[in-house]
Parts: sequence; C-alpha cells; structure tokens
Amino acid sequence: MTAMSTRSEASPTRASGGLPSGDFIIDATALTKTYRMGTNEVHALRAVDLKVRAGEMIAVMGASGSGKSTLMNMLGCLDTPDSGSYLLDGVRVEGLSTNELADIRNQKLGFVFQGFNLLARTTAIDNVELPLLYDRTHRWSNPRATAIEALKKVGLGDRLDHVPSELSGGQQQRVAIARALVTSPRLLLADEPTGNLDSRTSVEIMALFQELNDEGITILLVTHEGDISRYAKRFIEMRDGRIIRDEDVDDRHIASVDLLTVDDPELAGTP
Amino acid sequence: MRTLLTMLGIVIGVGAVIIMVAIGQGARSSIEAQINTLGTNMLVITAGASTAGGVSQGAGTFNRLQIEDAAEKLQREATLITAVSPVISTRTQLIGGAGNWRTEINGVSTDYQVIRDWPLASGTFFTQDDQRALRKVVVLGSTVAEALYAGMDPIGERLQLRSVPFTVIGVLAAKGQTATGTDQDDVVLVPYTTARARLSGRSFIAQILASTASPADIPAAQEEMSAIMRESHKLGDADDDFTIRNQNELAEAATGTTEVMTWLLAAIASVSLLVGGIGIMNIMLVSVTERTREIGIRMAIGARGSDVMVQFLVESIVISLAGGLLGILVGIAGSALVGSLTGWSTETSPQAVLMAVGFSGAVGVFFGFYPARKAASLHPIQALRYE
Ligand SMILES: Nc1ncnc2c1ncn2[C@@H]1O[C@H](COP(=O)(O)OP(=O)(O)OP(=O)(O)O)[C@@H](O)[C@H]1O
Ligand SMILES: [Mg+2]
Repeated sequence: MTAMSTRSEASPTRASGGLPSGDFIIDATALTKTYRMGTNEVHALRAVDLKVRAGEMIAVMGASGSGKSTLMNMLGCLDTPDSGSYLLDGVRVEGLSTNELADIRNQKLGFVFQGFNLLARTTAIDNVELPLLYDRTHRWSNPRATAIEALKKVGLGDRLDHVPSELSGGQQQRVAIARALVTSPRLLLADEPTGNLDSRTSVEIMALFQELNDEGITILLVTHEGDISRYAKRFIEMRDGRIIRDEDVDDRHIASVDLLTVDDPELAGTP
Repeated sequence: MRTLLTMLGIVIGVGAVIIMVAIGQGARSSIEAQINTLGTNMLVITAGASTAGGVSQGAGTFNRLQIEDAAEKLQREATLITAVSPVISTRTQLIGGAGNWRTEINGVSTDYQVIRDWPLASGTFFTQDDQRALRKVVVLGSTVAEALYAGMDPIGERLQLRSVPFTVIGVLAAKGQTATGTDQDDVVLVPYTTARARLSGRSFIAQILASTASPADIPAAQEEMSAIMRESHKLGDADDDFTIRNQNELAEAATGTTEVMTWLLAAIASVSLLVGGIGIMNIMLVSVTERTREIGIRMAIGARGSDVMVQFLVESIVISLAGGLLGILVGIAGSALVGSLTGWSTETSPQAVLMAVGFSGAVGVFFGFYPARKAASLHPIQALRYE
C-alpha cells in the first residue's frame, strides 16, 4: 500500500486518466517482483502502476538497481511478475503460457538492448529476417523483402550482407532497431540503447527513434543520460522499485535538429 | 574443428560397423560359394535321425541303412530326382606311379559326376557297364593324380587298392577346398559295385547323394525320397533312421556360425557408435552453454521453446548424419583395404550401410535430445543475462 501512495504522490496526473484500458498500449497495475538471494530479499519492483497510450515516447531513468530493467522485462513479457496485472494492447498477459508469451513478443513487441544482442557470424539481413521466421501467423509473404525494407529504413540498405563484427557500434544498433521494427510492433522497448555508443551516434539513434515514434510506434526507453531523456515526450524516474516521478518533458529536443549542431566537435562531447 | 573431432566418433563407429559386417558377409558368401561347389540341387541322405545340430546319431542305426539297395530303389521309384548315387567311402593306401598315397576311396554310381557337377580333366568316367561288370576301374581326383603321376598321363596306368589292381580311366578336374578346408580333390572314385565286392571288410561311411532337375523340385523330391526310404527300411510307425538334407540346409549350417560372428562384430563396433553419440551429447551441451545468450536473443524476438529445441536437434542430427556419411566412405574404403591387405573377401552390404545411417541419425536424435531440451527450457531473461 505504501507503494501505491508513493506513486500517487509522485505522479498525481499521469497514468490514471480513467479512460477504458482499451486505449492504452500498456496498462499495468501493481506489478511486483521480488528476487530472493538466500535469505536476502531484493524488491526489484514494488507495486508499480503504469499506463501508456499509443504514440507515446517515454524515457525511464533512475539509479542503478532501481528496477528499470526489471520493469522493462515485465512489460516485454520476457519475465513474469510475482503479482499484479498487465494488459498489453488489450491482451491480458498474466496466465499466458510460455508459447503464448513468445508469440506476443514476436508479434507485438520489439526489443533494443544496450549490448545490441545481434547473432554473431550472421549477416545483418539474416538477423533482421529472423523474427519474421519465428512468426506463426504467416502474415509475412516475403520476409526477405520485408527485412531489406527495415534495414533501408535505418539507413543500412548498403550493409545487408555484413556480419556484426564488420559493423560499427552505431550500425549494429541500427541493425538491432531494424530487427525490432521489422514485425511492425505496437511497442518498442529499449533498455539503454545508447549506453554503448558515443554522443553523436547516440543522437543519431534518438533521431531514428523519434522518426519511428512519429510514424506511430510507442517507445519506452531506459537511459542514464538526462540529455537522451529530453528526446522523449514523457519522463519517468524510478527509485527502489517504485516510480517516483512521472511527468511530461517540457523542453523536448528534436534529435535531427541537434545533429546539425553536434557536428561541431566542441559540442560533440556534450550532446 | 571441434565439431569435426566430435564427428570423428560417429565416423569411426559407422566405419567400424560397416567394415565388420563386410568382413562377416564376405566370409559368409565365400562359404556359400564353396558349398555350391559340392554340386547343384543336391540332396544328401545320411544314416541316423537328425539332431538339433544336424549331426548323425550313433552307428547302431547306420547298419540298418542298406545303402546300395536304397539307392537302387530310389533310382527305380523316385520320379523327381534325376540322378542318384550311393557313396560308400573309406580311407586306404594306393600303390602305383611314384609310390604310395593315402586317400579316400569313394564307391559311387555313374550319376555321381552329374550330381556333383564335376567335369573330367582327362579320360572317361566309368559306365553303367563297368558298374554292372564290377570292373576294377578308377577315376582319380586331381590331387591324387598329381601325387602319383606328376608330369605324366595316368590314363591306362595300373595301381593297387588294398592289393587289388585297378586301371586308371579318368582324372577329375580340380574342385578346390571345402568350406572347412578339406581338399575335395584328394579322392579316388570307383564303381560302388566294385567297391562293395572288392574292398569290403573295413568300416564304410555311407550316404546317398541325389539331385533334382531344378531347385524348385527339391522340397517335393525330399518328401518322395523320405517315403521311399521309410518303405525300404520297413520303418512302420518308427521314427526316421536317416536324415535328408538339401544344399540350402547344408549351407545354412555352415554359414550360421559366420552370421553370429558378423553380428557379434557389428555389436562390438556399435559400442564405438555409442561412444561417438556421447561425444555429440557432450559437444551439444557445451554448445548450449556457449550459446545461451543467442538462445536468449532468439527467445526475446519470439522463438518458442520448441523452435530452439528443433534448432539444436537438427544441429545434432546434422552432425551425426554427416559423421555417418563420412563413416560410410571410411567403411567402404576400409573394407576394401582390409580385403586387399588380408586377402579376405569383404562385401559391403547395403543393409549395413542403411543401418549405419539410420543408427547415426538415431544417435543424433537420442543424444541431441537432452541438450536441446535443456536449451528450450532456458528462461529468456536468464539466457539474455548470461555472460
Ligand atoms: N535475476 C536476478 N536475481 C537477483 N536479483 C536481481 C536479478 N535481476 C535483478 N535483480 C536485482 O533487482 C534490482 C533491480 O535490478 P534492475 O536490473 O532492474 O536495475 P536497473 O535499474 O536496470 O539497474 P541498471 O541501471 O544498473 O541497469 C537490483 O537490485 C538487482 O540486483
Ligand atoms: Mg538495467
């Protein structure tokens, strides 16, 4: 109960709009996750409530260990909460079998990780095509062409046959983004997508995210950098497994505009 | 590289199975070929009821087998056999030509040559006339001819059999060794009538050989001969005191042991296949551990447990099948090599090859299953976090 009160103090307006849940991509209530290490209990999530509408772009920040990744994993159906309820795009997630969770991840979600997580010794095109091959609805008549399209969209139309070790970090992350969006997911989850990239490349990636968001994909991204969070529309801060702040970003930056200025080497270090 | 080494286990296993079976099959078919040198469509009647092993029983029943009478009765009454000959044999000393030679004397009828399908190298075989007149004529096996009359023509020469003078009228073509290594050419043939009249007094081993026109007649001929023999021996309700065996049965008795040997060798060789399988399981387990992160990635983008499982199963089946195919090549080459090094005849059998392929596929499934299931049951997050 303390978790609830803390959240409502911190974010009195957002995520409790009283609209029917069908309007939310994410409608999570009292998500709780506790890790037990021997006798030690780690409360990674303490009754987190979160509602996200279609088209939002949210930055999640917070100290290390505050539960950001845990939250992303729950929202991404990669892990199941100990308790709480979760509606993803109108589908009730708790109680689904592992196979149903796999299908949801395949059809509704896209993931981008800090470490890129591409398959080594596998070409960009093969990496991007993979989610389409795991699809069980047979909605992709030409996976190859769809994958090429996705790679073109992230600006890698000329790197189709490169394996990850032949690509720069930024390019690898673009391949990962192409892989995440190739299935036209409703929701893109990115856990520190720019954590391994330099400043300029980070802004480039954010420009890509903003472009995708403009096209209607809902994006939730975890970041440690305040500058990166300014490219989002909404900002959430976590501490000790709770959401302690939830507000709109008022000085939202447009990454494509910033790119013009970070070309200046003086500014490159501090995007 | 590591995969290649793993495959080596299967390669050796499959190769060994194929080589072993090839050696066994080779031995078997060379025995069969030798059995066929006995004659064609041949039936053999021996004294004594048959036992499980096909060995004749005691000599007591032997005395009741009036071998020549039975042979003559068969000659008169049996319709399905085209040739019949008694064989009464003993061992004795020959004197003539270069000196002495101890050999086997077979008293046979004129049909014997037909039954054994045994051509002459020179001279003639004895005739019905010789047989009726109890002429003292002899046909030599090639070994005997070689021993006593090396470098000369023995036809018309005289030799002594148990102090009885005989005239050589023919020499048989060489037939070679039997399956058990006896020299079939170390023999002399005389008319059975002459043998009975002139060479009696020693213990004779007797049998009747007969042959049919075609292999299809053999079962019926066997029945018919049995009936005639029973009548001739006045057996009434008593059990047979003779045994009739056909050539297939003779061949089976001889090849039975090699069959057992073949499968025993194959079984031993399969152990190495098993060891190869364990090698595959080992590398698959290592591979699952090494690729835990990859499994996590695949799961994150929507692979079901079954997708991951299939992926690893296919991988292990591919490894073992590839090993199996290589093993077949090794096996075939190895069989040929063993054959040319040892002079044994080897015969790669298609069944052994098929079995090896099937077996290596099964090894892949069986030993890949546990690692694949382990991979499939990984938790996506734990797999993704794995360092
Ligand atoms: N599998 C696990 N087993 C035990 N404890 C875990 C596990 N995963 C996370 N935790 C704990 O849960 C808490 C929240 O972890 P989480 O990874 O969500 O933090 P985070 O906010 O993503 O941190 P960072 O910014 O460093 O990535 C931490 O205290 C962590 O130690
Ligand atoms: Mg984290």
